[in-house]
Amino acid sequence: MSTRAAPRGARLTPLAREQRLWGWVFLSPWLVGFAAFTALPILASLVFSFTDFRLTDPEAVSFVGLDNFRRLTVDPLVRVSLGVTLRFALISLPIAVVLPVALAALLDSRWLVGKPLFRTLFYMPYVVPVVSAIYIWQGVLNTQSGWLNRLLRLVGLPGPNWLDDVRWIYPALVIIGLWGLGNAFLITLAGMQAVPTAYYEAARVDGAGPLARFRHVTLPLISPVIFYNLVLSLIGLMRYFEVPFILSNGTGRPGSSTMFFNIHFYKTSFVFFDMGYGSALAWLMFAVTMVLTGLLFWSARHWVFYAGGERG
Amino acid sequence: MAAVGSARAYPTVGSSYANTAPHYRRSLRRMGLTATVTLFATMLLTVYLMPFGYMVVTSFKDRDQIVASATGPVLPVEPRTVDVGGRQVPVYRVPLDGEVRELALVRPGRRESVFVDPADPAGAEVTWEGAWRTLKPAYVFAPRTGNFAEVWRGIDFPRLLFNTAFIAFTGMVGTVVSCVMVAYAFARFPLPFKGALFLVLIATIVLPKQVLLVPTYAFFHAIGWTGTWLPLIVPHFFANAYNVFLLRQYFMQLPRELDEAAMIDGAGPLRVLTSVVVPQSYPVIAAVALFHVVFAWNDYFEPLLYTLGRPELQPLSVGIQQYNFIYSQQPHLLQATALLGMIVPVALFLLTQRSFMRGIVITGVEK
Repeated sequence: MSTRAAPRGARLTPLAREQRLWGWVFLSPWLVGFAAFTALPILASLVFSFTDFRLTDPEAVSFVGLDNFRRLTVDPLVRVSLGVTLRFALISLPIAVVLPVALAALLDSRWLVGKPLFRTLFYMPYVVPVVSAIYIWQGVLNTQSGWLNRLLRLVGLPGPNWLDDVRWIYPALVIIGLWGLGNAFLITLAGMQAVPTAYYEAARVDGAGPLARFRHVTLPLISPVIFYNLVLSLIGLMRYFEVPFILSNGTGRPGSSTMFFNIHFYKTSFVFFDMGYGSALAWLMFAVTMVLTGLLFWSARHWVFYAGGERG
Repeated sequence: MAAVGSARAYPTVGSSYANTAPHYRRSLRRMGLTATVTLFATMLLTVYLMPFGYMVVTSFKDRDQIVASATGPVLPVEPRTVDVGGRQVPVYRVPLDGEVRELALVRPGRRESVFVDPADPAGAEVTWEGAWRTLKPAYVFAPRTGNFAEVWRGIDFPRLLFNTAFIAFTGMVGTVVSCVMVAYAFARFPLPFKGALFLVLIATIVLPKQVLLVPTYAFFHAIGWTGTWLPLIVPHFFANAYNVFLLRQYFMQLPRELDEAAMIDGAGPLRVLTSVVVPQSYPVIAAVALFHVVFAWNDYFEPLLYTLGRPELQPLSVGIQQYNFIYSQQPHLLQATALLGMIVPVALFLLTQRSFMRGIVITGVEK
């Protein structure tokens, strides 16, 4: 088509101009949506964070300078909720990275019979609505009647008080989170299946055993997928809300161990309608997310392998 | 045997009489590995899906059965009774002559009790020596469906189902139409700054939604949309990064020759989209539609925000949570609501699992 071949800077033919016009028309839903639901809210959020805007009394808004950001440094709940979020991240991120790889390796095994069925059934819990999943796990993790503790008692282990003990609540949240691994495991599996068999043959010829092949062929070649999972898990953790909120009805029980940052943000903004300070909290969350993902991208240069020599 | 045949085809180095043995052994080893790995995966899967079993079993129990099952059987059961001479008599598991028989207790006694065979109550009486209180009762499987009736009325399930379906399906129409348009623009039209715009689109995935939430909520509040479904539906008419990416990938690999042939026949860009591109892309469009329905069914945070104080507008996720907040001490009702809440998305997924999972893989791997 002549429109595609038109050199840069040349006068556009009427047909090319019409093509371009149509392009903008088709693009317009996103352009309008991006302006209305992303760009403007970001700007507004930035402006809000310098005011004492309250939805209950929107007329009485005034600029307060850096007060909201100063408040971030003295608000004890900021320290608590950031601590809770980061501590939980340290426990759950390694699991969110390792388990999908392990499960994908199992389902990619040439010794497994009935792969499509296993794949579908291991993925299925992912589509269970989070509210249903929480009630199901709440029952399964019940100290007395829950099946997990009944199973533990059966093998002679004392079942912990999963949901009401500060020492066990994070493992419990991790267990509940296992049903959310479907996407990560599925794309990891697809990544493994995309590894050319010739690489394995070459490694085998060089005398590499199954473990060495996994370590030196599979892992490097799926490292971009692992990296993608890691970034999405990190972002998901900063947004972590439904499970602790519904389990504790937003109280942060037991102790304040489930007072995740996002719950603090939600209560500030939408229970107390303190939206100026809420915006400052959102920006703090944004900053922390950006710093951590920035660190991940920086570290990726050392361990993420892109076929074709392109690194970074 | 195949192993023997293959041994003859590929003789191994070594003494001649051992020609077949290593291969036979290797094929045995292969079968052993297959059995081990498959068995392990099955056990893992059983544990992983065990909570579904708990949910189903619990949702079919009444309150007494819940109490009984804390120490007793896991399934919804009730003690078995049998009609003996016009009265209901409990049945126990009685050890007799080295075997355990289920017998109806007609005359309990401290040292010895008299039983009859429940299948033949008028038949011979059996005397058993021992304290009958130490005997275990016999159970029959007795699922109760009352929980579902109670929960159905309690949460007004038809209402919540309609709300959820309406929000999900109108949003789905918006997502499909807008994302197809935007993906078509990115895949086919020569636009200035197209690459940069596409990067901006993808970057919105990483943006924490909370940053946008406060002003967006304030805006919807200002125009009077809080307490309505509009904030849950209208934004989906403006495309989103995941689905645009998925559709664009798919459109780009469609041959352009068909587009061009249609253009030569006088079709405009809109006509090319509706009669050439879309008909070739039904599987991926179906995946986008499915993702949206599952997403909308799952969504809790935004419906909670925008329908707060309007229970008649709430979708299942919020309605179930609010209902259980009041009845949180009743596991049988909790599990019944959980089952009602997940049935549609899980059924949709199982019916369409192939195209569903393919869509996930495209958005995940190729980015």
